[in-house]
Amino acid sequence: MSAATETLVDYDEALDTYDPVLGFEVHVELNTKTKMFSSAPNAFGDEPNTNVNEVDLGLPGVLPVVNKSGVEYAILIGLALNCQIAETCGFARKNYFYPDTPKNFQTSQYDDPIAFDGYLDIELEDGEVFRVEIERAHMEEDAGKLTHMGGAAGRIQGADFSLVDYNRAGVPLVEIVTKPIVGAGKRAPELAKAYVAAIREIVKNLGVSDARMERGNVRCDANVSLMAKDATEFGTRTETKNVNSLRAVDHAVRFEISRQAGVLNAGNKVVQETRHWHEDTRTTTSGRPKSDADDYRYFPEPDLVPIVTTEAWIEELRSRLPEPPAERRKRLQADWGYADAEFRDVVNAGLVDAIEETIAAGASAAVARKWWMGEISRLAKNADVEPTELGATPATIIELNSLIEGKKINDKIARQVLEYVIAGEGSPSEIVDKRGLAVVNDDSALGAAIDDAMAEMPGVVEKIKGGKLQAVGALIGPVMKATRGQADAGRVREIVLEKLGVEG
Amino acid sequence: MSAISREDVVHLARLAHIEMNDAELDKMTGELAVIVDSIAAVSEAAGDDVPATSHPIPLQNVLREDVVGKTLTPEQALQNAPDADENRFKVPAILDGE
Repeated sequence: MSAATETLVDYDEALDTYDPVLGFEVHVELNTKTKMFSSAPNAFGDEPNTNVNEVDLGLPGVLPVVNKSGVEYAILIGLALNCQIAETCGFARKNYFYPDTPKNFQTSQYDDPIAFDGYLDIELEDGEVFRVEIERAHMEEDAGKLTHMGGAAGRIQGADFSLVDYNRAGVPLVEIVTKPIVGAGKRAPELAKAYVAAIREIVKNLGVSDARMERGNVRCDANVSLMAKDATEFGTRTETKNVNSLRAVDHAVRFEISRQAGVLNAGNKVVQETRHWHEDTRTTTSGRPKSDADDYRYFPEPDLVPIVTTEAWIEELRSRLPEPPAERRKRLQADWGYADAEFRDVVNAGLVDAIEETIAAGASAAVARKWWMGEISRLAKNADVEPTELGATPATIIELNSLIEGKKINDKIARQVLEYVIAGEGSPSEIVDKRGLAVVNDDSALGAAIDDAMAEMPGVVEKIKGGKLQAVGALIGPVMKATRGQADAGRVREIVLEKLGVEG
Repeated sequence: MSAISREDVVHLARLAHIEMNDAELDKMTGELAVIVDSIAAVSEAAGDDVPATSHPIPLQNVLREDVVGKTLTPEQALQNAPDADENRFKVPAILDGE
């Protein structure tokens, strides 16, 4: 079916008629030092064909050897996804002919994945928790990188030839496959995005992947099908390949729901096929249908003997598991006493770690949040950098706060001092001294400024005398002006009341 | 009775990207059938108490520490390449999966 004949159905309307069923295959590139079956370096961004050896090139007579860390990282991922770990499992050859693998097969796992039958609880934005069942997580290797040359703008259609770099060939991958996900309804795109985000976060937290989606460390194939509300069987699904950003996962699922609803409403059948995601138009287009070319003739890899896991090995790995990100967030929110919305903002700003460090360094939770979410975020936004890259540290915040609490500077001056810290002028105390920013605590100097202000505003003075204490505020402005902002407002108020003999 | 039909060979040849004419297909059907039948004889000989195996030597967990070893230079890697450009293998443009 060509794009021209497709009618998209409004998303909400589609969901009134159909229930979406999702499924994900997420490939995670491990950050081992070497490849899965060879000792060539696993590194990103190097000159082409410099991180290859005879095994990666599939030269005759070579013998692959399994990377122990690759297996352990796969087990760690399995444990973090609440999976069973296979007592014994093996590798298989997935045969296909394409220049991205010089061996004409990909070493993978077939019917005995290292991890299976797990689940992951996904928390959506409003706190609703949705359980995604994990079918399996298996070990395999990445393919080389093809660059299509000639033709139109490097697209494969009309390309004259392709150039192949095998640096990525053999890089360890763990492919995580979900069971069909039903019941997400209108929240399907949101769940899809949250699921991939959770996988990314988990593998990053485990330290087994750099988890940078823009580098392809985490790649998602999204399966979508629709079933009529009263149906009992799943509809025909499509698999949209390489949806490689969180936003794209959301959009691709949303688009496929609208598109498939259009196909079904027109009385047609959804074609089981792979689809290509187009970031520019936020649409998918038909790839190729499932065919006998998908017959990969898997068979056991004769060069690799089985992996047998002992309970001791698994328990040793289990003891290495860090606190799961979702549980850590719950614990921190409770410890810090932030409201749900406050904490969500902190998470979305990527400042959980920074605030945790600041509190660990001695700041109160409120102070840490005030600075990171307030002035530091504001300055970072102006400078177009991440708040944590601005140059402010937990020590900066603690020092600024103690200067405020010691009445050495006020809040407004503190914000200025922060800017000077970021500009590299030194520590907050040094800056306060060097620039002479300390609050005027000298009561005689302050007293003179207050006398001047009271003389200029006799009406205000009468009001205060008459008991309208909030009128003091009118005097603070002129006093601040006279002291170049370095007066402590609280102290000004005290002195005024003292001078007028009014009880505060 | 052979488990390999001519259609199977046509399918396998297509999967393997091997072009075969009618005479070759006929010949290969017969030859593959002989091999498959021979292997089937082994299955008959093995009793129910013999589990299927893919690795005849009882080895397990042959693992390597994650330590970087030697690599080829791009010149070495490409020395047998039919064609190369910009230190990369140059191959005909092939549509994905075809």
